[in-house]
Amino acid sequence: MNRIDQLFRNKKENVLSIYFTAGHPTLNSTVEIIKTLAQEGVDMIEIGIPFSDPVADGPVIQRSSQTALDNGMSLKLLFEQLRYIRKEVSIPLVLMGYLNPVLQYGVDAFCKKCAEIGIDGAILPDLPLDIFQEEYKTSFEQQGIHLIFLATPQTSDVRYRELDCQSGGFLYMVAASSITGAKTGFEEYQQKYFERIKDLNLSLPRVIGFGISTKDTFEHACRYANGAIIGSAFVNALEQEGSLKEKIQNYIRSIRS
Amino acid sequence: MDYQVNKKGFYGEFGGAYIPEAMYPNIEELQSRYLDIMQSESFKKEFNELLRDYVGRPSPLYYARRLSERYGAKIYLKREDLNHTGSHKINNTIGQILIARQLGKTRIIAETGAGQHGVATATVCALMGIKCVVYMGALDVARQAPNVLRMKMLGAEVIPVESGNKTLKDATNGAMRDWINNPVDTHYIVGSVIGPHPYPDLVARLQSVISEEIRWQLKSHEGREEPDYVIACVGGGSNAAGAFYHFLDSPKVRLIGTEAAGLGADTPETAATLATGRPGVLHSCRSMLMQNEDGQITEPYSISAGLDYPGIGPMHANLFKTGRAEYMSITDQDALDAAFRLSLLEGIIPALESAHAFAVLEKRKFNPEDIVVVNVSGRGDKDMQTYIDVMKKGNE
Ligand SMILES: Cc1ncc(COP(=O)(O)O)c(C=O)c1O
Repeated sequence: MNRIDQLFRNKKENVLSIYFTAGHPTLNSTVEIIKTLAQEGVDMIEIGIPFSDPVADGPVIQRSSQTALDNGMSLKLLFEQLRYIRKEVSIPLVLMGYLNPVLQYGVDAFCKKCAEIGIDGAILPDLPLDIFQEEYKTSFEQQGIHLIFLATPQTSDVRYRELDCQSGGFLYMVAASSITGAKTGFEEYQQKYFERIKDLNLSLPRVIGFGISTKDTFEHACRYANGAIIGSAFVNALEQEGSLKEKIQNYIRSIRS
Repeated sequence: MDYQVNKKGFYGEFGGAYIPEAMYPNIEELQSRYLDIMQSESFKKEFNELLRDYVGRPSPLYYARRLSERYGAKIYLKREDLNHTGSHKINNTIGQILIARQLGKTRIIAETGAGQHGVATATVCALMGIKCVVYMGALDVARQAPNVLRMKMLGAEVIPVESGNKTLKDATNGAMRDWINNPVDTHYIVGSVIGPHPYPDLVARLQSVISEEIRWQLKSHEGREEPDYVIACVGGGSNAAGAFYHFLDSPKVRLIGTEAAGLGADTPETAATLATGRPGVLHSCRSMLMQNEDGQITEPYSISAGLDYPGIGPMHANLFKTGRAEYMSITDQDALDAAFRLSLLEGIIPALESAHAFAVLEKRKFNPEDIVVVNVSGRGDKDMQTYIDVMKKGNE
């Protein structure tokens, strides 16, 4: 069974998922970050594939992506680094990135490689539902890789239900009408939105992301979904002083204390 | 062969709407409504009146006697440089501001390279009393300073974008991020035949007035509607799309687009997308792209800010692939030479972008009976600093 499905079968609340950009802060930090996050009890990890033009991302992830590319990261190299990752960790691993690097690698080859390594899913924000279904769905399904869709505060109920039917593993609930980036709290429109979606009684687990940064915002989000994703705030923490391991431990413990 | 967009928004294998879900409601609305709006009588009436009384259309089709003598063919210039605001870009922004109003939007965003699209957008926003924010790469803010000041005088806010090469690609990233952050009140006036469907088709339709006029103007000059050649420069490809549009299904009309080769299409300092690119997805559409093996977009280079883009409209990628149009790479130097020649021979100082189209005249042999239409997409005022620097160097 896909590890994402397994996770949500066993754990229905407070699922903590962490995003980081592969190749940031240093080219070879990928495996250490994953191992430390798993040791700290994080439930799922999103490994960012850096892209030169991340249009759905805010300043922090723009910067980490550029650093990663300057460090020499590429999708090929990332797969090399992850080759033996399943000897190290057993939590679900998801690759997140933009479509073009995946297209250039070859969608079929990408899915095969994911299956070979033990990657459980992918999030590709600029691969929309209709094109996925027509062109790429079979490649993903044949390899058992979940393609996870995002939905936003502007997404209608009807479209939410459609994405709920088509997404793999879980539905990524974008918390804000915005690009990625840490925020300090939720606004009223977000609160209403969380309630609207909760009342839809969707079938897939939901994980809220974008703008989650602290224990407070994490716990708040978890009241309306099965869990939450932290990206920019974690990437930011990796840029502070200290050893990689300490920075990760301190950050995760600040959320989960 | 059908060179127009299909129902799904593709030109052959190129095009589509590779949009993040956050853009779905806006793009969906635009896709489902743009044709109805544009084909309504009220839109057509207002659009045509504004093109006539505000933009100054039709733009002349001018028989260039001295150029014709020099190159041994009948050369006509389509004078988009004489439009209000100085380029073809206003044809598109007039249309899109009317669409935005119809959609009930109260805030406009745009990206700009040379600043011509930014000025054309700021202009129509002033005309309609709508708030306007223009994203412009920081390098372009510096090299197209007069246009930045024009936008400000027209009441627009200009936001310099500091990422990447600080040029048109980065400005487009900035505008797309703004739209994701402001999904309700804002319309994004894309400046070329790029971006997600329906933009490439929408912008091509609005620019198609160029070739519509060429047809009847040429008829009155020459007794026939179809020239032998149409030549236009290609950044994203909107002026070329407009100049080619009504000739696409006339195979006898040869269509030539010119890409900016920068220091040479065989050097890294280039913006010649078709000459050096591969298919890929950027800015929500599948087209030819300058990129490395890993799919990272390569930073382009051209002396001309309006052509300094690592992609090209999907319509052109398809015309290239099918062989319907031919695309030539023109270097900075060839474009500069062409700009100075046109100034001396015809008294017309062209935009640096447009100068890339004129360079073809040096490279192609024509028959004396050939009718050649060159699209003068814009005038050179904004490029005077570059031209002055070249003249200074020449005098040293
Ligand atoms: C005068 C002029 N011509 C051409 C272009 C290139 O755009 P397009 O290829 O969309 O016509 C620009 C863009 O800024 C321009 O200002």
